[in-house]
Amino acid sequence: MAGLYFFYMAEELLRLENIYKNFGNVKVLKDVNLNIKKGEVVALIGDNGAGKSTLIKVITGVHRPNSGKVFFKNEEVNIKSVSQSRKMGIEAVYQERALCDQQELYRNIFAGREITNSLGFLKIKQQRKEAEKILRDYIGFTSKAITVDSTVMGLSGGEKQGVAFGRSLYFNSDLIVLDEPTMGLSIQETEKVLNFVRGLKNENKSAIFIDHNIIHVYGAADRFVILDRGEVVGEFMKDEITREELVQKMIELHESGKIEVEA
Amino acid sequence: MNNLFNSYFVKTHKLEISITIIALVLFLIYFLGAPHVFTRFPIYRAFMQSMPFFGIIAISATFVVTLGEIDLSFPSIVGITSLTFGMVLTSTDGNFYVAFILATSLGMFAGLINGLLVTKIGIPSIVATIGTLFFWRGLVNVISQGSGIAIVDVADGTWQHAMFVQKLFGKIPAQFIWFIVLTALMQWIYRYHKFGNHIHFVGDNKASAQMMGINVDRVKIIAFVQLGFFSALAGIFTMYEMLYFWPTQGSGLMLTTLAAVFVGGTSVFGGKGTIFGTFIGVLIIGSLESGIVALGLSGFYVQFINGLMITAAVTIYALIQRKKT
Ligand SMILES: Nc1ncnc2c1ncn2[C@@H]1O[C@H](COP(=O)(O)OP(=O)(O)OP(=O)(O)O)[C@@H](O)[C@H]1O
Ligand SMILES: [Mg+2]
Repeated sequence: MAGLYFFYMAEELLRLENIYKNFGNVKVLKDVNLNIKKGEVVALIGDNGAGKSTLIKVITGVHRPNSGKVFFKNEEVNIKSVSQSRKMGIEAVYQERALCDQQELYRNIFAGREITNSLGFLKIKQQRKEAEKILRDYIGFTSKAITVDSTVMGLSGGEKQGVAFGRSLYFNSDLIVLDEPTMGLSIQETEKVLNFVRGLKNENKSAIFIDHNIIHVYGAADRFVILDRGEVVGEFMKDEITREELVQKMIELHESGKIEVEA
Repeated sequence: MNNLFNSYFVKTHKLEISITIIALVLFLIYFLGAPHVFTRFPIYRAFMQSMPFFGIIAISATFVVTLGEIDLSFPSIVGITSLTFGMVLTSTDGNFYVAFILATSLGMFAGLINGLLVTKIGIPSIVATIGTLFFWRGLVNVISQGSGIAIVDVADGTWQHAMFVQKLFGKIPAQFIWFIVLTALMQWIYRYHKFGNHIHFVGDNKASAQMMGINVDRVKIIAFVQLGFFSALAGIFTMYEMLYFWPTQGSGLMLTTLAAVFVGGTSVFGGKGTIFGTFIGVLIIGSLESGIVALGLSGFYVQFINGLMITAAVTIYALIQRKKT
């Protein structure tokens, strides 16, 4: 049902057309087409090196595509930088965490979009206050040991991911991109992350969700896009496919390099 | 007491506290070993006179080192900009403004070249700036043909001369006041300006900084450019003090300047540093030569003790760092 709703009714948020990306001679993305509707969670799945991270980095402005078009809210956009994609309303939680270890949390949360006066000097007090809010309200840190002045270095993997999440929520965005957010997390912490992803729908936010664990993916996403060696090789709505079938497809792909898609 | 040592301030300022203690111990040694020199004013005046010339550059270089980069070319940038300043000043019959603007612009241009080589061409900064170190010094030699330039006639007694190097109340060299003001300003930028913040993030982790929306290349280029500017400024200060340009000007600055930065506690790995530490580092490195001689040791000990200080200091910092992780 949800699938049908998204297919017919929901407004489109993001559309990629014919995206190519090379690193030197290596063709990492080949003619990728993808669209995301408002309030939809799309999972990107595929083997190591399939190009998932590269694809989302094109969307977040870390990489520029070699060719192809990007539409956001029905307008063609040329995403030149991370700041630009953030301003448009795209937030990211990266596989690499994207935090700087030796810097304080309040600085990490606002890095690249500092709260400053007109001369560019930081409003430290305000940053710390907002960071405090993010830590307590958005992330739900209760540990007294972690304050806005803690450096990232001493945090656990889950705590680091929490900071990245809190940051992406605070800056009220339309699209949240999550690259393997559960990697290296305990079962409890993973459950928190999955709840968070599911919760996005209620706020009519969209998400792209990358995870190697099909169980996680199946529980959180509305649609699955399968990427293989830089190409989209399959796409399923959640109500078209059971979890077991999806797992089967992935195994098939892994073994034969091909995927059976019935029309 | 226990409370004091565990306070937030102490925890977050271990480097600054260590370096201050090292400096205090050093000056205590001077004081006890050579009271006849260190209880009287002239030695301090000599310190205040000579330290700013490399101190200004050390403060500025702290930004580049915090990036995890290095600039070895600044001694030659001092050379080429001082030459420019001297030539323009003498040929315009003392037009300070033109000389100042041309010299500092050239300094920034030299910094820009370093920055572009590192970011756009991708040459490691240690290699790129060895190249430009030789390039600018070579150009100084070609243009000056090995001879100096006297600027006494056009600089002595001018208000600029007074502004840069006059002794306030007949005692305090103006350049030291400038040095303190610049240190305070740079400390403020380093900790509390967006640019200083970005310097820390890029030095900490370039890839993460980029993913957080920081323009990594631009931050690096600006860092090299400001070092070019302050190298030129240090050269101009030196010119007013000496009233003379000589073709090797600046070439003795390399080791003392970088030593001050590292002794000051700024991490060679990038991401962490302290302007205050560099300031104290300047006081330490800048006092060693006279201090050692005043203690009655021969000048031959200077390098040896210099080496000892640097090694001891960076060892202490490495240990502090290791305990943290
Ligand atoms: N900056 C880069 N420079 C050169 N090659 C790159 C770069 N980033 C990624 N690649 C290459 O592009 C390919 C796709 O990488 P990508 O990180 O997008 O894969 P992925 O699907 O996210 O894999 P994983 O599941 O392991 O995270 C890989 O072969 C990788 O080596
Ligand atoms: Mg990846």
